Amino acid sequence: MAPVADHSTDTVLNARADARAQGGQVSDWMPYLPASTSPFCPDDVDPESLTWAETVAPGSYTHKVLARGTRFRLEDPTGEACAHTLVYNALEPTERLNVADTQKIPWQAYLGAGHPLLSGDGRVLATILTDTSGRHDAFCGTSTAAWNALRYGTALPEGPAPAGRDLFVKAAAKHGLGPADVPPSVSFFQGVRVAEDGSFDWFGSSGAGTSVELVAELPLIVLIANVPHPRDPRPEYIVGPLRVHAWRTPETTPTTPADERFDASPEVRRAYLNTLDYAEARGL
Amino acid sequence: MTTTIDNPVMRPVTTIPVPVTTYLTPDGQLVSSVPVGASYADGSPLEWGDPLVPGAVVLDEQVAPRASWSGVVRAGQVLTIVDVGGNQSGDCLLYNAHHTDERYSAPDTLAWQDNAYIRTGTVLRSNLGRALMTVVGNEIDRQDTIGGACSRESNTLRYGHHVMYHHGCRENFLTEGAKHGLGMRDIVSNINWFMNVPVEEDGALGIVDGMSAPGKRVALRAEIDTLVLISNCPQMNNPCNDFNPTPLRMIVSEPDVDYEADA
Repeated sequence: MAPVADHSTDTVLNARADARAQGGQVSDWMPYLPASTSPFCPDDVDPESLTWAETVAPGSYTHKVLARGTRFRLEDPTGEACAHTLVYNALEPTERLNVADTQKIPWQAYLGAGHPLLSGDGRVLATILTDTSGRHDAFCGTSTAAWNALRYGTALPEGPAPAGRDLFVKAAAKHGLGPADVPPSVSFFQGVRVAEDGSFDWFGSSGAGTSVELVAELPLIVLIANVPHPRDPRPEYIVGPLRVHAWRTPETTPTTPADERFDASPEVRRAYLNTLDYAEARGL
Repeated sequence: MTTTIDNPVMRPVTTIPVPVTTYLTPDGQLVSSVPVGASYADGSPLEWGDPLVPGAVVLDEQVAPRASWSGVVRAGQVLTIVDVGGNQSGDCLLYNAHHTDERYSAPDTLAWQDNAYIRTGTVLRSNLGRALMTVVGNEIDRQDTIGGACSRESNTLRYGHHVMYHHGCRENFLTEGAKHGLGMRDIVSNINWFMNVPVEEDGALGIVDGMSAPGKRVALRAEIDTLVLISNCPQMNNPCNDFNPTPLRMIVSEPDVDYEADA
């Protein structure tokens, strides 16, 4: 029977009643509002401190503006999530993730705990604090419509195999940003490794239940597209839900000289100095 | 193979040293904000080379050390870049000449070919996954697109705040991009012709001594009309130009009709 048979919508009042009757339902993927009501609040986090709680659908995207100092944790409950991520300085979004500097400045290609996500302006936008996955990627970016059409036969944004870039373009538009504002991204939970001849060895996922936690070093626009990694060798478009929680307490501050990670290397120390200098001058 | 260069638009070779900004200290000493050695040393071997493909030359220009350059390479034309002095990084960005929101994408280029290095045959892809240019000739083992561009800002991280006023590739990209309506949001991860950035087994990565030499070349066939931005890297704090910035030569050719590329 067609869905229309379940609805009585012949008048405005009936249509309103029909629409309202749909509220209060639960989906496997949805935002939780207020965030404190999240059924998946991490054990070590006070639910009352949550500012963002969401399970992102496979093949979809999310985006949020986060205050400086906010902690945000991405979790992969099934081992199949792939969180393609972009961060921007929310105050001046021309400052955004620069993947080349993020790999070059720390002299390290692979993301992990302690790795800064650097902008092209010599500052740290976010720092990876903890990482139980170890399988991330800063080489391959996200998928394009051309790639998904080749791999899966379709890439329609409304179809079963949307491309990461197309989702980023929509997420960016919701913050006044255009297609030119979608630079190369990083991805969490699905990794590659570079072999001696330069070829990519598929490293994949490290299984269900891993997470990465980051701290916002400046006010951030965060864009996340949850789609398969472009080098995922499986012929099917396979991706799992992604859990996101963010929180803020008096103890959650940006990185300061009192933190051990501030002095992890001379390069990162100067990056934090630049970040604090910017924040101080702006009165943050 | 010899190629006759019939060149109506050739610019003169830029002479060295480049003009520098200077001031006099109270004791009369001349001081410059340009690091000592930012122009190549007397006696540096220079090989100006030839186009890597046979055909009529339609543009032939030199890029002075530290300078920027841009040009449009029409679909089917081939751009030969000559590393005149050897191991001179040519930082490079590409755009669809008619719609610059479509631009070079390092991750798409690498993911499509399943390899982290650029070699002969590499298709240089856009952020839409489309082919902008194809590497049809390459005289060094591998080319870099991981290392990104130097900038005043990232220089402060890598070398210290005392280098803040050193020139950098992002400065060049901003200068040259502005001529085409491009700005900060249009600078993305770039290609570094003739620069060497190995990725080691544990993920260690960095700019190391180059594998190029005077006169080594790379040739790029445009698949669509492509705007090319070049920064002739002025970096004086790492080996991306042997600490001896030298010129680049940019030659655009209409390949002969019977020319068949390796790729």
